[in-house]
Amino acid sequence: MSQAILDVKPEYPWKLTPKDLVTDFLGALFTLASTLAIVGFSPLKGKLGFAITLIFMAVITTTIMSWIKLDRKAAFNSATTVLVYVTASFVIIALASVLYEIIRLGAPGFSFSIFSNDMSQTASDMPLTEGGLLHAVIGTAYIVTFATLISTPIGILTALYIVEVKGRFAGLVRFFVQAMSGVPSIVAGLFIFALWMIQLGNAYSAVAGGFALTVLMIPTVARTAEEVLKLIPSDLREAGLALGATQWRTVAMVVIPAARSGLITAVILGIARVVGETAPLLLTIGGADAINLNPTQGNMSAFPYYVWKNLLIGSENAISRAWLGVFVLMIVVLVFFTLARYLGAARGGRK
Amino acid sequence: MSNENISDKNNNREENMSQMTGKQETATDRNTSNTSNTKGASATRSLGDVAAGREAKVGKAFTGGSGLEARGVHAWFGKKHVLQDISLEFATGTVTALIGPSGCGKSTFIRTLNRMHEFIPTAALAGQVLLDGKDVYEPGVDVTKIRLKVGMVFQKPNPFPSMTIKENVLSGLKLSQIKIQNSDELLESCLRRAGLWDEVKDRLNEYGGSLSGGQQQRLCIARSLAVNPQVLLMDEPCSALDPGSTLRIEETIRELADTMSIVIVTHNMQQAARVSDYTGFFLSDGGPGRLIEVASTVEIFTNPKEKRTEDYVSGRFG
Ligand SMILES: Nc1ncnc2c1ncn2[C@@H]1O[C@H](COP(=O)(O)OP(=O)(O)O)[C@@H](O)[C@H]1O
Ligand SMILES: [Mg+2]
Repeated sequence: MSQAILDVKPEYPWKLTPKDLVTDFLGALFTLASTLAIVGFSPLKGKLGFAITLIFMAVITTTIMSWIKLDRKAAFNSATTVLVYVTASFVIIALASVLYEIIRLGAPGFSFSIFSNDMSQTASDMPLTEGGLLHAVIGTAYIVTFATLISTPIGILTALYIVEVKGRFAGLVRFFVQAMSGVPSIVAGLFIFALWMIQLGNAYSAVAGGFALTVLMIPTVARTAEEVLKLIPSDLREAGLALGATQWRTVAMVVIPAARSGLITAVILGIARVVGETAPLLLTIGGADAINLNPTQGNMSAFPYYVWKNLLIGSENAISRAWLGVFVLMIVVLVFFTLARYLGAARGGRK
Repeated sequence: MSNENISDKNNNREENMSQMTGKQETATDRNTSNTSNTKGASATRSLGDVAAGREAKVGKAFTGGSGLEARGVHAWFGKKHVLQDISLEFATGTVTALIGPSGCGKSTFIRTLNRMHEFIPTAALAGQVLLDGKDVYEPGVDVTKIRLKVGMVFQKPNPFPSMTIKENVLSGLKLSQIKIQNSDELLESCLRRAGLWDEVKDRLNEYGGSLSGGQQQRLCIARSLAVNPQVLLMDEPCSALDPGSTLRIEETIRELADTMSIVIVTHNMQQAARVSDYTGFFLSDGGPGRLIEVASTVEIFTNPKEKRTEDYVSGRFG
């Protein structure tokens, strides 16, 4: 008897049988062949025509095949499955092709010397071995750090006011935050330009750029933080209050630590929102080709400005420089996000 | 992989625990049959027998401070009157069970006792809640002090997810800004009193969320003990737990009752019979919830004065 038990092998009855695989393969083959035939003999032409026909044929083939094999319900199921896969692959293809283009056009100009040089001694048309973008690195670092330092506390406190304090104006504040998140970025730039620069008489500087980005970043941080705080079960707040804590201490010791990784995400999303903004910076930082270490005074550069300027110049080398700028910005953002994710998950046990 | 390991470990621990509690259960059984079971060993015991089997504290003189007392408490949510004229006294050293069908206002009532009721925006209240003879709703009373003296354990175990087991137990001190010298001693004594020490003493720096549901609830009890409350309110503390953990917590409740008064809301008649000295029966007939009857637990389960109480405890409705 034990012999018989030992003889039993694990099986996977839910897996596809070889017969299924063969029919699936034939179906795929038919889809491809019929697509080629249609594109060849009909007015549908080019890559787009091919893609549309392929999707169409894939849906039809799978639907008919499962209808024959099973029934109507199965056919409908297969059709939706294929559609979902196709739409998902569109998103992935779009993303992947953007990444591919950035790497293809940006990576060749990359060398570590670009992090030790600026463009003060180099014309944009010169080969990429000359000059660099250290001035843009410094500018973006100043501007984004400044914007983050101001937006994070304001954004999170706004969210706390809406979710925790539930003050009398919570609805109104919420409305304004939502309205603010719809403000076009050029308007944020104009606002700082008109207020901080013209009214208060300040010149171009990293600080002015930081203010402009702050206007854009606060609503993103506040709205995401609000969603995150709403997810914290009210049980936890009550537990804190029932232990004789004031509301402020409950928020500081229980709610915020519990929401920690979500709040970090809120800040990251805020940074992602503003790090590539060009229009507000054009109005506020003035742009520069040389390193400027003083964030409060003098024209400043930034990645988006660097890319914009080189694109405008338009010569072959300048355009390569623009792609290089995009490429480096992408890497910086990637490194930064990974770091923030890691820091956000380091403590906190259960999410 | 590692996840599987962890859950495996947890399962083992859970098993050990229920074995332990299993033993304890038989011990309690033996006690009961010694003292009260006159119908012979094979007869099933009624709730009244269970209640009588415990050494009840009923009739003893109330010790020490007067404890907690509700006088003519009414509560509303908006226009809706949900509690009507509840008067109830909780003496130090006793356990009071509140029973009644869902929605009759038991939770609302115990939340008026430590002033958690007022966190619901539409809430309103009338009447008095006296702690050591002073109304907790009097103007100028420091609410946080009231909540320190009247602790609370919630229906769903809710350890603070960002804190370790140790930090959870001691969180009350930090939250209410109490400084103490020997926090390690306090930590151990709270966990021992909550019946959790042996299970967690080697993993005090793990997060509270890594414990099983029953352990988490005992952690929450330990957490409320750390600020040394006079009264402990428990709102269906076992309704989310398995029978083994439930028995552990009931045992903890019995031990704690020596030094404080405990108010427990429960839907489990057996549990009310097992742990409480007094039982209050709440009922709402569509209108506000009222306290139909309160008496010693034995009386409620053997000889209730009200027909509705009898119907409820014998399972005829609710
Ligand atoms: N936050 C609230 N807002 C409005 N009504 C509530 C709220 N909480 C409870 N109630 C109402 O108060 C009554 C009593 O509820 P509750 O005290 O939770 O009953 P129990 O704990 O006995 O089940 C119920 O009718 C319930 O619908
Ligand atoms: Mg309830």
